[in-house]
Amino acid sequence: MSIFQYDFMVRALIGALVTGATAPALGTYLVQRRLALIGDGIGHIALTGVGLGLLTSTSPVLAAVLVSAAGAIAVELVRERGRTSGDIALALLFYGGISGGVFLVGLSSDRTNANLMAYLFGSPLTTSEQDLAVMAVLGAVVLAVTLLLRPWLFAICHDEEYARVSGLPVRALNLLLAVTTAVTVTVAMRAVGLLLVSALMVVPVATAQQVTRGFRATMAVAMAIGLLAAAGGIWAAGTYDTAPGATIVLVAIGSFLVVALGLAAWRTATRARTRRQPATGQPSTGEPPDVVLTRW
Amino acid sequence: MTVRNEGGPVIEAERLVVSYGERPVLHDVDLTVRPAEVVAILGANGSGKSTLVRAVLGLVPLVLGRVRLFGTPLRRFTGWQRVGYVPQRLGAGSGVPATVRELVSSGRLSRRGFLRPPRAADRRAVDAALAAVGLADRAGDPVGTLSGGQQQRTLIARALAGEPELLVLDEPTAGVDAASQEAFAGALRDFVAVGGTVVLVAHELGVLQPLVTRAVVVHQGRIVHDGAVPRPAGHHADPDHDHVHPHAPEEARRWP
Ligand SMILES: Nc1ncnc2c1ncn2[C@@H]1O[C@H](COP(=O)(O)OP(=O)(O)O)[C@@H](O)[C@H]1O
Ligand SMILES: [Mg+2]
Repeated sequence: MSIFQYDFMVRALIGALVTGATAPALGTYLVQRRLALIGDGIGHIALTGVGLGLLTSTSPVLAAVLVSAAGAIAVELVRERGRTSGDIALALLFYGGISGGVFLVGLSSDRTNANLMAYLFGSPLTTSEQDLAVMAVLGAVVLAVTLLLRPWLFAICHDEEYARVSGLPVRALNLLLAVTTAVTVTVAMRAVGLLLVSALMVVPVATAQQVTRGFRATMAVAMAIGLLAAAGGIWAAGTYDTAPGATIVLVAIGSFLVVALGLAAWRTATRARTRRQPATGQPSTGEPPDVVLTRW
Repeated sequence: MTVRNEGGPVIEAERLVVSYGERPVLHDVDLTVRPAEVVAILGANGSGKSTLVRAVLGLVPLVLGRVRLFGTPLRRFTGWQRVGYVPQRLGAGSGVPATVRELVSSGRLSRRGFLRPPRAADRRAVDAALAAVGLADRAGDPVGTLSGGQQQRTLIARALAGEPELLVLDEPTAGVDAASQEAFAGALRDFVAVGGTVVLVAHELGVLQPLVTRAVVVHQGRIVHDGAVPRPAGHHADPDHDHVHPHAPEEARRWP
């Protein structure tokens, strides 16, 4: 673990851990709502904020928060209308966002390709103390919303109409979730970059739900996997000198595959074992057997 | 706070007109439901039954007409803890597993203050709702692993968890196995026994027949019968059937 004797590696690790915890926590709601790829779109929009920040020599992170929050609210309004023309509106927003961002970065005095690449694919090794402070504050906001409001956000993501008949402030909660998505994207921008942020929102959740039975458990396991991927990715990137953002995402995808394969092997093994023993089958009271899915 | 209207109608819907886009689906529909009534809304598929109950709950916009719940105009109604809704089916399905208990607990939020942690009373209400539909032993199972009938019972438990005074159920027994129908009828009987009011959309009443106090038949977006429960053998869509309109014009004058 000698790489962590360098301060910049420690800062990279902390920043990545913040991302590893927040992105899956928020992502659990997006996956529940079957909007897994919305985070990717918000990431595209955030690039315009980065461009504006660089061009005006203000904080690219602050500008990214503001622009992506505005974009996320627009996306939520399109979703709320729920019409087929919504797809086109989202395409305009997302591709307008990323091309606007590339365009603005090109106009700024900071227009190196390396700089653009850093925002698109992450550059955790350049995390400054100030970056870390901003990430910690924004990350705390994301965790407060996703953890403290879980029952309410679960309700609106699971069954929006029922939530409305329960008298919940559905619209306000939807907008809050949208803005929190934007904040999460900005938190993750340093560690994995705007084009890979969605991976950390979705892949740990997909991994977790292979083995979990409930929502709360899925969120907890996804956050644990996100933390492991972040730490493992930074360690591997520092040790083997690979691209850190991409390495973190590859570790996350690797853990998905390991769990999927492990589960398949385990199921095959148990099936072989039950076949050898005569089935003690518990009859499922009055239910047609084909609709009672096998539990493992 | 909701204005109590002890003894007054639970639902007053007057001259409702609803359309989806250009196509009108409800034409000038009136419906009044009084406390402790068990009203069955009957009719063929596509006749507008779901639209009617969804309009009463404010889930579809009205072109014309007005709705009062517990005496309060829908727009100003805040007493949602008094209402339990069981939708026809559970949306598109969730992308993340949820346990039966997690789903049923979400029905308690109408009685749980915002950001307030659950109290013992909340947990007891969820336990009681699970027991009422016979799913206490499945509380920790993912909803997705239950049969269709058990999933429907989960939705009923979710509505019961809020300890409502009015239950609005949209085809709770459609395509449901016999065990679940029986469990459901039992839960409803208990609810009615303590004075609960029920609006029940159904295609066929089946085991629920003895509980129903009044039937409303919807045919092509109009109410063609309102009164006694029609005999089971397909005569209920008969437009010659007795018309009973409990809210006569003099009642309508109470509206401003
Ligand atoms: N969201 C919707 N958009 C457009 N048409 C709809 C929608 N929901 C229902 N309809 C149409 O309205 C009519 C009444 O539907 P519904 O109230 O669901 O009938 P029921 O519950 O009696 O089967 C049907 O013709 C149906 O196709
Ligand atoms: Mg229907």
